[in-house]
Amino acid sequence: MRYHTPATFADAATIAASAQGVTRFLAGGTDVLVQLRAGSVLPDDLIDLKHIPEVHSITRTADGGWRIGVAVSGASLGANKDLVADWPGVVEGMELVGSTQVQGRATLTGNLCNGSPAADSVPGLIAAGATVTVTGPSGTRDVAVQDIPKGPGKTNLKAGEVISALTLPARGKNAGDAYLRFIPRTEMDIAVVGVAVSLRLDGDKVAEARVALGAVAPTVLLSDACAKAIVGTTLDAKALDALGAAASGECNPISDKRGTKEFRIEVAGVLARRAAKIAYDRAKGAKA
Amino acid sequence: MSKIHVTTTVNGDTVEFLADPRETLLDCLRDKLGLTGSKEGCGTGDCGACSVTVDGVLVSSCLVLGVEAQGKSVTTIEGMDKDGELHPLQRHFVEKAALQCGFCTPGFLVAAKALLDKNPDPTETEVRYWLAGNLCRCTGYDKIVRAVMDAAAEMRG
Repeated sequence: MRYHTPATFADAATIAASAQGVTRFLAGGTDVLVQLRAGSVLPDDLIDLKHIPEVHSITRTADGGWRIGVAVSGASLGANKDLVADWPGVVEGMELVGSTQVQGRATLTGNLCNGSPAADSVPGLIAAGATVTVTGPSGTRDVAVQDIPKGPGKTNLKAGEVISALTLPARGKNAGDAYLRFIPRTEMDIAVVGVAVSLRLDGDKVAEARVALGAVAPTVLLSDACAKAIVGTTLDAKALDALGAAASGECNPISDKRGTKEFRIEVAGVLARRAAKIAYDRAKGAKA
Repeated sequence: MSKIHVTTTVNGDTVEFLADPRETLLDCLRDKLGLTGSKEGCGTGDCGACSVTVDGVLVSSCLVLGVEAQGKSVTTIEGMDKDGELHPLQRHFVEKAALQCGFCTPGFLVAAKALLDKNPDPTETEVRYWLAGNLCRCTGYDKIVRAVMDAAAEMRG
């Protein structure tokens, strides 16, 4: 295995594009090292992105959004109070990943690129309308987060392409987000179902909404049906029932040791209702 | 396979070693530097027995490559006592019988110290969540949590 420490993303993409065998990018390493040690993925070229200067920083963009470096850990994310105030749902999703030790290394971008349908940070990013910048041999392009996952363990990134930054839009006024997951214990487990809701209010009515469902299909889903169920409502009992039914209706889950198909479909509806209420309260000013 | 020369700081001392890029920081600490206090329980970042800090951040050293330690500052359980005098956490673990077989203990101590460095007055709930990634199959955790709470109280004075 060759270990590379490029100083720019263009160099990282060039190394990856010219590599012949298995290539992996290294940021937090909490998935890559597990796969390497298990022997399931043995890279010929391992490209450590942490020597690229901007990967460790969280910065405000000109329009009031956030640009998050690809090596920013969950611990660093949670320590940024302004970011937490803007996007509590995104941060609480990331903070559910693994232990304190894993939080010291694990990254949003890594969680996305690992391609797990149960990735805890991905529904929050999709609900938030986050985008990633992809650097490849022929330049950069911006891609919506929901267009990155292709299936379990697979992404739509092409050979030689690397995510070079993640951008959250400006939060704006009267808006809130939330992420909830179900696990059969309180800590250290993988989502059986995860639901993120981001919404904006106009008075008491929901003006805009994005709802993302995790662990209920081969990729995390962005659900238009869920959004439609609550936009224009005050999130009353009828709207919440419609949201729950829409969320359950979107599910295409598998049965596995963590939960049956029927259980996941049921729980998706329950979590959608609960997460929407939290997001609504936060949009009204409740603190995370 | 060419090895890479790594210079890093461990418990305040500058050290050097040659690492195959596939070797973990845990392997390098144990096999190249003789610091065998950090243990390998699972090797997959689930058990916390290999906990160390890198530049002050608590991590599982089995999920860090040795070559990533270049230019960093690493602390391990071997750096916890002061010239043979036990750290209050270590003393309370002994006094409260917060260990039986002892395999998980270095990881618990390093993780608990990282918590108290950040938050000198944690609640029991905060201690339990912080240490959720440190697994112990002997004690049932209660004595560990009590030892951490008591050490924190003593350190606050």
